[in-house]
Amino acid sequence: MVTAEAVWSALAEVEDPEIPVISLVDLGVIRRVDIDGERVHVEFTPTFLGCPALEVMRAQMTDKIAELGGEADVEVIVDDSWSTDRITPAGREKLRAAGFAPPAPREANAPRLVQLQSQVFRCPYCGSTETRLENIFGPTPCRSIRYCMSCRQPFEQFKTI
Amino acid sequence: MREQLLAIADDELVLGWRDSEWTGIAPVLEEDVAFSSIAQNEIGHARAIYRLLSEDADALAFDRAPEEYRSSQLVELRFVPDWARTIARRVLYEAADELRLRRLMASDDPAVAGLAAKIDREEAYHRMHAELWHERLRDEPRYLAAVDELFPYTLAMAEPDDHESLIARFEPKTVASNTVLQAHARGSHADGWSELWEEMTEVRRSVPGATW
Repeated sequence: MVTAEAVWSALAEVEDPEIPVISLVDLGVIRRVDIDGERVHVEFTPTFLGCPALEVMRAQMTDKIAELGGEADVEVIVDDSWSTDRITPAGREKLRAAGFAPPAPREANAPRLVQLQSQVFRCPYCGSTETRLENIFGPTPCRSIRYCMSCRQPFEQFKTI
Repeated sequence: MREQLLAIADDELVLGWRDSEWTGIAPVLEEDVAFSSIAQNEIGHARAIYRLLSEDADALAFDRAPEEYRSSQLVELRFVPDWARTIARRVLYEAADELRLRRLMASDDPAVAGLAAKIDREEAYHRMHAELWHERLRDEPRYLAAVDELFPYTLAMAEPDDHESLIARFEPKTVASNTVLQAHARGSHADGWSELWEEMTEVRRSVPGATW
């Protein structure tokens, strides 16, 4: 008999394929797990709609749940219920330690340029707040590129969603 | 509503395709990165909307005849290697897209409103990118000429309810006549559309039902 706890622990071992330092549970993309006999219903909220890692994540979740003897039914929820605010405190720390600056808190309205340029973002390497926006876009849609004027190091900043 | 969602998804798919034509050849590396991400997002939005409309998003995206697409001429035009027109289109498209997204976010259908809110959070970054370029090029004659040239296409893409707001924002020298708007209306396609359709659908036409 598969339990919800066992599923949550198993999913906590599935890494984000593009940022392997953080798990799907730390990323906050698992919204709900429901068990009905061997059927395991997982509500999964994508980070970005065009993220190519979505299908990989879904396949990895299905495999993990199969290892527990369950049959996965992953439902992809495409509404606004995922936000970078759902990244857990442990997840934020793992990101920072790996050189990705964690996202700023979400506000009621979608961010505007003036906020992005005026907010203080801390360099994940040296902790300095003397950083500037280099490019709104980065190696994946969820990241921007910033530059630290103190340690003269470019770094990746998680976009607030 | 279905027609409107299909038009939006087609716009996002086709613009994603056009923007991705800059991958590898943008004037600076930062823009190579930006256009690739923006294109990826737009195509992701198209896929999510197609899924709302049909079980098979790929069939909607790639198995229709060219005349069945509801995309606007604004997104169909091919601009590589013209950067001024490319940026003017990004600025104008994001302005019109923001207005229609606002309306979808207020929809009574929770699936539509929820997806629109999700899309809007991503589009916010496209709008910032457009704003940065608009500020940078605001005194450049080639850019200003491109905005004037493409403004009628933007009105033809937008819902009539949004025309006033777009005209107030961009203050075009002349406002396009109804005849011009008719010529650019959805349902008629721009130069270059048939070549783009052939390229987009080539794999599925060679191997029916192919998946990625």
